[in-house]
Amino acid sequence: MSFSAARPLDPWRWIGVPALLCIGATVLLAAPIRLFGLGLPEPVFPMVCAFGWAVIRPSILAPFVLLLTGAFLDIYWGAPIGLWAISLLTAYAATLIMRNMMTGQSRPMMWAWYVSMTAVTLTTGYLITMLDVKAAPSLIAVFWQFLATAILYPFAHRLIDRFEDADVRFR
Amino acid sequence: MAFRQDPFGDLKVPLTWTAAVALIVAAVVGVAALLSDRRETLQTEAYGVARQAVDTVSAPVGGVVAAPGRWTGDLLGWLGSYVFVAGENRRLGRRIIVLQDQADEAVRLRDENERLRAMLGVRTDPPIPMVTARVVADSRGPYSNSRLANAGSESGVVVGFPVLSERGLVGRVVGVSRGASRVLLLTDVAARTPVMVDRSNARAILTGDGGPNPKLEYLRGREAVRDGDRVLTSGDGGVLPRGLPVGRAVRGLDGRWRVVLDADTGAIDWVRILKFRDYAQLANEAELAVTRMPPVITESRQARIIDSPPTPTAIPPKPVATTPPKPATPPAKPAAAPR
Repeated sequence: MSFSAARPLDPWRWIGVPALLCIGATVLLAAPIRLFGLGLPEPVFPMVCAFGWAVIRPSILAPFVLLLTGAFLDIYWGAPIGLWAISLLTAYAATLIMRNMMTGQSRPMMWAWYVSMTAVTLTTGYLITMLDVKAAPSLIAVFWQFLATAILYPFAHRLIDRFEDADVRFR
Repeated sequence: MAFRQDPFGDLKVPLTWTAAVALIVAAVVGVAALLSDRRETLQTEAYGVARQAVDTVSAPVGGVVAAPGRWTGDLLGWLGSYVFVAGENRRLGRRIIVLQDQADEAVRLRDENERLRAMLGVRTDPPIPMVTARVVADSRGPYSNSRLANAGSESGVVVGFPVLSERGLVGRVVGVSRGASRVLLLTDVAARTPVMVDRSNARAILTGDGGPNPKLEYLRGREAVRDGDRVLTSGDGGVLPRGLPVGRAVRGLDGRWRVVLDADTGAIDWVRILKFRDYAQLANEAELAVTRMPPVITESRQARIIDSPPTPTAIPPKPVATTPPKPATPPAKPAAAPR
């Protein structure tokens, strides 16, 4: 049996467009707006891509796009260059390794996996920051960002649902 | 040979292994970028071209993105003031009474200050020039707290300038590009600011941790700080002017002394970037250029050692009083030592 007839995924559709949407959402939420005296939350939107791309299928292009997206976050948020790139790649690698365990799980279980991978990302960022500035960031601030990122799973679910079966080689 | 649109279409590689290699390569690039980053040095050359380019583009984009929110805020503010006008009027009336007392006290203190300064001959620092800018983007995460202001190198802003809101100190400029400046907030995990407690004059280092209330570290002395004490910049190290308002001291849930920032009590739409490099700029360069030694006066008015600036051709005056006068007669021989 040959897979030559199988149409591979168009990288622009499942990698390019989601990455651009994540960057757009990041720029939108970086607006200095306060509602009732509170600032807007700051979720890590590219976490949706890091989890979704790894679940859909292994890819050569995805890690590099994730690297660029992370570098954009670093520059746009004023963090050390490489902090978010490494953090997101760690979560991507962990998801890729555990991909076989996640396949076929229910939506709440996948949400739990996503939350776990978000914790991996933020823990990596925490450790890198500790090593970089020799000081521990506030755990409460980390928790708020974790919470804001964890509720983004519906977007990751939409991405996985849309492209999971698109490439028959990885069903 | 048929023309192929995709020259790599027939390339067969084991995707899983190749993806793993791609991941490792990307991770190595990320680690290399992290190790080569010099953000913490707060130097102009450490703020790379990529950051400058992104900031230059982000400033106008952020301004456009934030505009609807700003308009909505203005509209809500206008509606709120219209609806709650009676209550606001009463509140402002009470506030005017308090402020009038403070204004009278301020006039009295200013007058007293001027008299005391005149008596002591104290020279105050000249006013520091500043640039006003609008905040167009904001990062509030635990690992980086910074803002992008829409005034950059074209306005004379350079790395290290302090930034204030209308209420107090916000942070310092850590990156400048054309049309935009990156401001590292006091709450950033990398921010360290020398401060003092106004009441006790105790020194401390304000240390950000990504949360809203930075810590007071290296605090010395007994009763150095109490709840509600005002915290100001100390000017130690010369990176910030002395006496800029920072906030009020509070005891945190973890038992540490923290600061509720004055700048955090309201929205920061506009900021003032002080053009302050160090204390040397406050000195009068023309006066410093004259190397005039102060006169040294002995008990005798005739015995001034130095009373005029030395010039290359000038012959220094003879030290009159320093040479003992030659005795007219030789001193008497000492008596022979007893045997």
